[in-house]
Amino acid sequence: MNVLARLYYRYKKLLKMLRLYLLIAGPGIIVMVADNDAGGITTYTATGAQYGFHLIWFLILLGPVAYYVQEMTVRLGAVTKRGHAEAIFHAFGAFWGWFSLLDLVLTDWLTMITEFIGMTAALRIFGVPAWVTVIGACLLMVWMVVQGRYWTWEKLALLFCGLNLIYIPAAFLINPPMHEILRGALIPHFPPGGFTNELFFLLMANIGTTIAPWMIFFQQSAVVDKGLQEKDMVGGKVDTAVGSVLTVVVAIFCIILTATLLPGQNINDAATAAMKFMSINKHLGACLAIGLFDAGFLGAICISLASSWAFGEVFGWAHSLNYKLKEAPWFYAYYIFVLVLAGTVVLIPGAPLVLITLFVQVIAVTLLPAALVFLILLLNDEETMGEYKNTLFQNVANIGITAMIIIVSTLYGISALFPNLLK
Amino acid sequence: MIVTFFRNTAQTVRAINQRYATPHLKTTRLVRICLGMLRGYLVLLIAILVFKFIHSL
Repeated sequence: MNVLARLYYRYKKLLKMLRLYLLIAGPGIIVMVADNDAGGITTYTATGAQYGFHLIWFLILLGPVAYYVQEMTVRLGAVTKRGHAEAIFHAFGAFWGWFSLLDLVLTDWLTMITEFIGMTAALRIFGVPAWVTVIGACLLMVWMVVQGRYWTWEKLALLFCGLNLIYIPAAFLINPPMHEILRGALIPHFPPGGFTNELFFLLMANIGTTIAPWMIFFQQSAVVDKGLQEKDMVGGKVDTAVGSVLTVVVAIFCIILTATLLPGQNINDAATAAMKFMSINKHLGACLAIGLFDAGFLGAICISLASSWAFGEVFGWAHSLNYKLKEAPWFYAYYIFVLVLAGTVVLIPGAPLVLITLFVQVIAVTLLPAALVFLILLLNDEETMGEYKNTLFQNVANIGITAMIIIVSTLYGISALFPNLLK
Repeated sequence: MIVTFFRNTAQTVRAINQRYATPHLKTTRLVRICLGMLRGYLVLLIAILVFKFIHSL
C-alpha cells in the first residue's frame, strides 16, 4: 500500500511538472524549429545530396552549440525583463544600440526575402502562383498576431513547428539504410575525398544556419513578452533544450531524405530537391515542398516579430502580442510593413534574388559577433544578473562557441564575397 | 506631412540618444578590450566590403 501511495505521489508530481513545463514551453521550441528556415532546409538537403550520411555527427554537435547560446537569452530576458535590443542600448549606450538595431533590421529584412523565396518556390511545385503565396502567407501571418494574445500566437506557431517534423514520416517512407545512418551519426569522420574546400564551405553553411542574430533577439523578447520570471528559468532552459533536439532531428531527417534518394547530386535549393522527389515518389515530393513552405513561414513570422519587438523596445511603443491592434498600432504596423516589403521584393520581375541571398550571409556576419559578445558581457555583469550570471563552465563553453562562430561565420562571409578565394 | 514625420522621428531619436547616453554596464578592462576588438573587427569587415565594391566596379 505504501509503495502504491509513493508511486501515485510521484506520478502526480511528474504530471504537475509536465503541466508546468507545458505552460512555460514555447519560445525555445519555436526559435529552434524556426532556425530550420528555408535557407536551413536548403543547406541540409545540399549536405545530404553531396556528402550522404557522412556529416550527421557534425549536425549532432551543433545541437549543444545552439542550446548554449540561446539559453543565455532565457536567463537575460527573465532577469532583466528587457528584450535584447533594449538591453544593448541600456548596457552599452546609444552607439552600439543603434548599430545593433539597424543591422538587425537590415539582416531581418533580407532574411525575410529569402523566406518568401522559399515559400513561393515550395508552393510553385503545386502550381500556386507566387503572388497568391505571398498574399496568402502575409494574411495568415497578420491574422496570427492580431489575436491580441501572446498565448494564441504561440500555440499557432507551435502547430507550424509540428508541421516542420514532416520530414520524419517522409524518411520512413523510403526505408533508409539504418546501418549507414548510425555510422554517420555515431562515428565522427569526413566523407571520402577528405577535407576539401567544398566540404569546408558546406560545414560553414551548416554552422551559419545554426545560429542567426535574429534568434537571439527573438527568444529574449519572447521570454519577456511571455512574462517568464526567474522561477521559470529551469522550464525555459528545458524548453530550449527540447527545441535544440528538434532542430537537429529535423536537420538529420532532411539529410537522410536527400542522401538516400539523391546521392552525389548537386542540389542548389530545396525546391529543386522537392521537384526531383516528385518524379520518384509524389508523396515524398509533396512532403518536402510542404516542409519547405512551413520552414519559410516559421522563419518569416519569427524574424518579423524579432524586428518589431526590437523597434518597440527602443522607441517605447507598446510592443506586446498581448495588446490589440488599436493598443499597439506602431508595433503591428511595423510588423505588417516588414512582411509586405519583403513579400513585394520577391514579386518584382528580375529582382536580384541570388544577390540578396548572398548579401544576407555577409550582413549577418557583421551582426552575429557583436550580438554574441554583448550577450556574454551582459551575462557576466553581476549587477545585472546577480546569482544568474555565467558560471565558469558556462563562460568556457560560451566563449569557445562564440570564438568558433566568429571565425567560421567571418570565413563564410568572406567566401560568399570572394567565391574563388577558398577554391 | 512628410516634414512633420521626419521632425518627429528626429526628436524621438534625440530622446533615445539622451536616454541611453551613458552605458550602464560596468566598464571594466575586459569590457573595454572586447568592445575595442569588436570595433576593429567591424572596421576590417567594412574595409573588405568596400574593397569588394571597388573591385567589382
